[in-house]
Amino acid sequence: MATKEPERIWWKPLSKDERVWVGIALIWMLISFFFMPLYHIIGAQNPPAETYKVTPEQFDKLVDGMIAKSKVGEEQGIPIVHPSPSDPVFIRASMWQWYPIVELEKGKTYRVHLSSMDLDHGFSLQPVNMNFMVLPGYDYVLKLTPTQSGEFHILCNEFCGLGHHTMLGKLYVK
Amino acid sequence: MADSNFRICSLSGLKIDRAGELLIRWNIIAAMATLAVGGLMAFLVALTRWPSVHFLGLTNYYRFLTLHGIDALLAWIIFFEIGLVHFASTVLLGVKSYAPKVGWLSFALMLIGGALINVIVMLGKADVMFTSYVPLKADPLYYLGVILFAVGALIGFILFFVNILLAKKEGAYKRSLPLGAFGIMAASVIGILTLLHGAGIFIPAFLWSANLIPSVDPSAYRLVFWGLGHSSQQINVCAMVTVWYLTVAFVVGGKPVNEKLSRTAFVLYILFINLASEHHLLVDPVLSTWHKIVNTSYMMHLAVLASMIHAFAIPASIEVALRKQGHTRGLFEWLKKAPWGHPAFSAMAISILLFGFLGGITGVIFGTEQFAIIRHNTFTITGHFHGTVVAGTTVAFMGFTYLIIPYIFKRQLIWKGFASIQPYLYGLGVALLSIGMMSAGTFGVPRRHYDITFSGSIFNHTFDPTVDIFLSLMGIGAILAVTGGVLYILIGFGSIIWGKQVE
Repeated sequence: MATKEPERIWWKPLSKDERVWVGIALIWMLISFFFMPLYHIIGAQNPPAETYKVTPEQFDKLVDGMIAKSKVGEEQGIPIVHPSPSDPVFIRASMWQWYPIVELEKGKTYRVHLSSMDLDHGFSLQPVNMNFMVLPGYDYVLKLTPTQSGEFHILCNEFCGLGHHTMLGKLYVK
Repeated sequence: MADSNFRICSLSGLKIDRAGELLIRWNIIAAMATLAVGGLMAFLVALTRWPSVHFLGLTNYYRFLTLHGIDALLAWIIFFEIGLVHFASTVLLGVKSYAPKVGWLSFALMLIGGALINVIVMLGKADVMFTSYVPLKADPLYYLGVILFAVGALIGFILFFVNILLAKKEGAYKRSLPLGAFGIMAASVIGILTLLHGAGIFIPAFLWSANLIPSVDPSAYRLVFWGLGHSSQQINVCAMVTVWYLTVAFVVGGKPVNEKLSRTAFVLYILFINLASEHHLLVDPVLSTWHKIVNTSYMMHLAVLASMIHAFAIPASIEVALRKQGHTRGLFEWLKKAPWGHPAFSAMAISILLFGFLGGITGVIFGTEQFAIIRHNTFTITGHFHGTVVAGTTVAFMGFTYLIIPYIFKRQLIWKGFASIQPYLYGLGVALLSIGMMSAGTFGVPRRHYDITFSGSIFNHTFDPTVDIFLSLMGIGAILAVTGGVLYILIGFGSIIWGKQVE
């Protein structure tokens, strides 16, 4: 019993049932084990890891530079930018705003830089439902190729204070 | 040794030391009390996430959510586990508690720490959620509360080793611990490692909050925090699996079919499960891809193997025990004749089923690299861990409470009829809640979010209308689970206070 010290010799060989079960489970786990790195290589979509250190002031400047160069409009007081695919795209998270609104072209590949000015934020692109963390002090680079056009929303899914639920941004794909 | 301090439990035959008994009693009482608070918070928060009810106001929602995490995830479970530590290292071995004063120090620190956190959160000085990711700042007393609680728990886990070493010296066991104590030993090893991570990150956070150091790196915080936050869930897994084995032993007299296999599985937990912690950071910046892959999926699967072993060994030992009792007709007579009306037994069975199929499988899936992109921080994650920690650990601990109230508190259960339906009611409620959350999350509904209609925002986003069905499912599940939880608290405290004395 689990409540009593086991008998003198408890390291008995496994019975056939146990060997079969453990064998199947082990093979199954080994498949999972090897499939992880394998899928990273053959799969088309992996979480990125490219990161740079950046201060909020530096990142702010990069965002402003992009707006000055490629602003095409404004919505609810937030600038809309249409950067060329060869240019880096910057999206800034702060309490409680995604800034600016970015317009991308379908089928082109962009490097989207994310950073936060204050707290941790969660970049959650809807309705495609893709989620990445945005941390202050770090520039996180997503390599992104839009495959469908339309209007997308970026919500915040990491708690960032009382206005957290109002932190909604936009992204267009033309 | 003063033998007058011992009594023999007439129901279980356990040799129980008075000092150890009191420690178990008070840790379990504290656990139930914190679950009552955590459960009330759960109810209010769940009603708020149900869009057609949307019960709480903005500030209270986040405040109560923080408190729900602290009381239901940290306090209830760790208090109960320290109760198990005392149980496994004294009562199971038939020895006295060798250092009861240290046990009370551990209890006092946890109580003071826990109370401090509760007060600070209710005062509105720590609306930071369970994770308190820096640079989100709470009052220094909040971090101090967590540190006190963690140090108390650390002392409790260390006491386990003191007890088993001195018990061995005294000849309470000759070579090997009983499996029940072995499992708690695995939990204590993981507990000590985990709480050291906790100290490693909450001490800097405390100093930063008290303006003694300028900053704590947000990425480093997340890495070390999850060494605490996730690994502590592995204490729960070990403790829960041990409770399964103990319940089988006490209720149907089953013994592990193969001690070697079951013990190996616990060792696999110690070796590999901690590495799974990093799956929280799969879509974080900073860490390299291979760092993430090696630290999550690789080793996690060997821990899953351990769970697969227990999933075989426990039902097998139940079957063997019940067949020995004469239920041998056909393949399944033993299953039909199992004591389904015994709340400890049914809670164990429900815990195994729901932990495995609801919490465990989803955890393995969402812990993979690519899935993290479409699941991270969505409501799906909340659904997953309510499948593990609530439908698994909490249900198992509820069942174990029913089991040991007669042994340790010397009281019979009151309301036996209600007690026998309680695990089913609670299990069903949590299952619906968990499925509702997971399903809503697949449509992108975020966790920890006050209002998914985004009122007050400059833009407007509408989720697929299907999420309303799933969030209602969650709400209905929450009502059922809370009803079950209230029953548990009433039966638990009621039995301790008014239950018939067991002689």
